[in-house]
Amino acid sequence: MADGNVATGPSLDEDVLNEAAKWRKGGRNVALATVVSTWGSSPRPIGSHLAVDEDGKFVGSVSGGCIEGAVVSEAMEVMNSGKPKVLEYGVTNELAWEVGLACGGTIQVFVEKVE
Amino acid sequence: MKQHTLSRLLEDQAAKRAVALATDMDSGDQTLVYLNDADGPDGSNAQVLAAARQAIQDDRSKVYDLSGRRIFIETFNPPLRMLIVGAVHIAQPLSRMAAVAGYDVTVIDPRGSFATEERFPGIALNSEWPDDGMRGLNPDRRTAVVTLTHDPKLDDPGLEIALKSDAFYIGSLGSRKTHAGRVERFTSAGFTDTEIGRIHAPVGLNIGSISPAEIAVSILAQITEVLHRNIEAREAA
Repeated sequence: MADGNVATGPSLDEDVLNEAAKWRKGGRNVALATVVSTWGSSPRPIGSHLAVDEDGKFVGSVSGGCIEGAVVSEAMEVMNSGKPKVLEYGVTNELAWEVGLACGGTIQVFVEKVE
Repeated sequence: MKQHTLSRLLEDQAAKRAVALATDMDSGDQTLVYLNDADGPDGSNAQVLAAARQAIQDDRSKVYDLSGRRIFIETFNPPLRMLIVGAVHIAQPLSRMAAVAGYDVTVIDPRGSFATEERFPGIALNSEWPDDGMRGLNPDRRTAVVTLTHDPKLDDPGLEIALKSDAFYIGSLGSRKTHAGRVERFTSAGFTDTEIGRIHAPVGLNIGSISPAEIAVSILAQITEVLHRNIEAREAA
């Protein structure tokens, strides 16, 4: 029924998971970051995904741009260690000057390796 | 995440099967939870299963504290649906806007000259009489129904099926006077006040809409409000 329907928000997130699966099947190391909690105003809702490969190439978004750089480098660490990590970003974070959310919200991001 | 889990998630999404992914945020262990089934290390953990199935019902992903474990439950529901009766002028912007907002949209209109691919590019069209079309599409609790023809001959049969369904939203175009007539017809057809009260009419939020696109905005806004306020009310209860 959806055939031919205009591309939509939710299906964009689906594309991130598809891309992650494709990368992994192609033999690349992949990590997946997922927004698991948000407080206050935050640009991307819970369940937003970001997939990162071993070269730091990424698709998707967890914040609309504010913290992607930091999440990508954490994701590459998780790829190497294989251990999942919970990251938190917000105005109270000491890195706020560099990677805080301009909108003043706080978000928690779960990062895991795609095995 | 195991590759196998990721592939199953993608298969489920392609098959439009509702599923929740329960992730232990410390160990990284993951369980796929379906309404009648589960697969993973927490597959027989009653607490996790109950939380995940409620999350699917509410379409709400969040972190739970279950017996001291931090479990992130992420829901992957098939898209919401919108069934529009009447391939009329307002249906054109409404179907496009709804598709952009993530709805699987079907426009039902037996009048071939209205329901054309040219007028509704990329939108599913159903040319059955609205009661047959509506019955076949079987509206559920993740479906919004909007009737727009202004013609009781077409709107009413669609509405009757919608009123007997779990559709989370039912709206019908027409003035207060038109709606009063509709209420009368449905009352004599045996529907209760509560049932008839499910119909949002005049349809849409009162934001002074004039053009078809503006009316579509007001309808989509009202549907969005009903969708989220329902869940908020249940969470507050």
